[in-house]
Amino acid sequence: MKKKIAMYWGAGCGGCDVSLLGIHEKLLDLLDDIEIVFWPCATDFKYEDLEKMPDKSIDVAFYNGAIRTEENEKIAKLLRKKAKVLVAYGSCASEGCVIGLANLYDKKQIFNVVYLQNETTKNEDKVLPKEHTNDLELPEFLPHLKTLEQVVKVDAVIPGCPPPRPVLEEALEALLQGKTNFGKEVALCDECPRKDSKPEKIEIERFYRWHEKEDNGDCFLAQGMICMGPATLAGCQGECISANIPCTGCMGPTPKVKDQGAAMLSAIASLLGDIDEEKEEEIMNSIRDMIGTFYKYRAAKLLPEGRLKDES
Amino acid sequence: MSFEPKIVAFLCNWCAYAGADMAGTSRLKYPANVVPIKVMCSGRVDPEFIIDAFEKGADGVFIGGCHPGDCHYVNGNYRTRRRVKMMKKLLEEMGINPKRLRLEWVSATEGQKFARVIEEFVNEIKELGPSPWRK
Repeated sequence: MKKKIAMYWGAGCGGCDVSLLGIHEKLLDLLDDIEIVFWPCATDFKYEDLEKMPDKSIDVAFYNGAIRTEENEKIAKLLRKKAKVLVAYGSCASEGCVIGLANLYDKKQIFNVVYLQNETTKNEDKVLPKEHTNDLELPEFLPHLKTLEQVVKVDAVIPGCPPPRPVLEEALEALLQGKTNFGKEVALCDECPRKDSKPEKIEIERFYRWHEKEDNGDCFLAQGMICMGPATLAGCQGECISANIPCTGCMGPTPKVKDQGAAMLSAIASLLGDIDEEKEEEIMNSIRDMIGTFYKYRAAKLLPEGRLKDES
Repeated sequence: MSFEPKIVAFLCNWCAYAGADMAGTSRLKYPANVVPIKVMCSGRVDPEFIIDAFEKGADGVFIGGCHPGDCHYVNGNYRTRRRVKMMKKLLEEMGINPKRLRLEWVSATEGQKFARVIEEFVNEIKELGPSPWRK
C-alpha cells in the first residue's frame, strides 16, 4: 500500500519545499511508493481537508519552517494528531534557523524595522499588521519564534538549510521503511573536500572575514577564516566548501554535542598560537557577532523566550 | 528573605581546588553559596558546561585555574582564558551580565585569595540578583 505523506510550510523561505525536488530522478521512484495527502505548496488541499482526516492516518508528515504565527502552531498540533510520524524537515523546523535570530528582538522592534524603518518600505500611513480588521482575521504573530520540537513531540529530524540531497535521500528511504534513525554521527571535517590540507596543528594569529582574504584552497580554519565544520554534523559532503565558502553550521551539532556554538567556541580558543594577553584580546574582539557566527541556525534554541533581561 | 545565589565553581585539581582546600584547613570563612566541581584542569571546562550550569539555575559560574605559566598541563589555563573571554561576549549578546562568569587564578597556597574572591563574587551576584537564564 502507498504511504500517505504530508508536507507543511511553516515560517521559512520555501527552500525546503524546493529541496524535495532536488533529489531529481529519485523523486520519480519515490512517487510510486507514496500518496501525497496534504502539501499546500504543491497541491490543492485545504486545512479543512486535513481536519477531516482520521487521526494517525498520515504515515509521515514533514513540517518545514519554524513556528512564528498562531497558524503555524495550529497546523503543527493538527499534523501531530493526524500523523503517525512527524518529521522536523530542515533547519527552521528543527533549530529555528536564520529567522530564529529574530529572538534577539521583541515583536515591537521587529515590526518597527520591517514595516516602518526599512528604507525600501513605503508605509506612509504607518500600518502595522494586526489580527482583527473589519473583514479579515489574521493569525497572531507570536512573541517568539519556536522550533517544532518546542511545540509538539517530534519523531525524527532531517537537518540542513535546506536538507542537502545526500541527507534527504537517506532520510526519505529510512522514513518510508518506518525507521526514524538515520544520518551520520561525525563532524563535517570528516568528509570535507579540503580535509587533506588541514595541518596536524592549526595555529592562527588573527581571524579574517571571508572577503578580507584571498582563499588559497586550504582548510579555512588554517587560513584564519571561521568555519563551523568541526562542530557541525556531516552529511552534506561539504557543499558550501566545494563552492569556496566556509561552513556556517546549518546541519546542527553532532549527536554527541548538545550545544553547537559552545563546541565551536571551545575549538576556536584552541586554535590561537602562543600570543600574549593583549594580542589575544584584540583577536577575540575581531569576532564581532558571537550569536550570528556561532548560533546562526540555533538562536531559537539558545533563546527560546527571547533575549534575556538581566536587571542591572 | 534575602537572595542567596547559587554558584557553580569549576576548580582545577592542581591549583584552585588545592587552594580551596587550603582555605578549609586554614579555617577561613567564605560564603556557603558555592558548589565546587573538581576538574583536572581549568581547560577541561568546556563552554558547554558553563551554558549547562546557567540553564540549570546557576546565578553565577566561577572558574579557578593555575596562574599563567603554572598550568600543570602547560597551556590549559590559556585556553580557558580565551574561552571565558568569548563566553563573556556571548553572555552579553544574550542579555546576561558578563559579571556572572568569573575566572580567577588561585594557586595551591592561596587559601586566603580563594576565600576573598569567592566572597567578592558572591556579593557581586547578590547585587545582580537572580539570573534570568534558567529553563
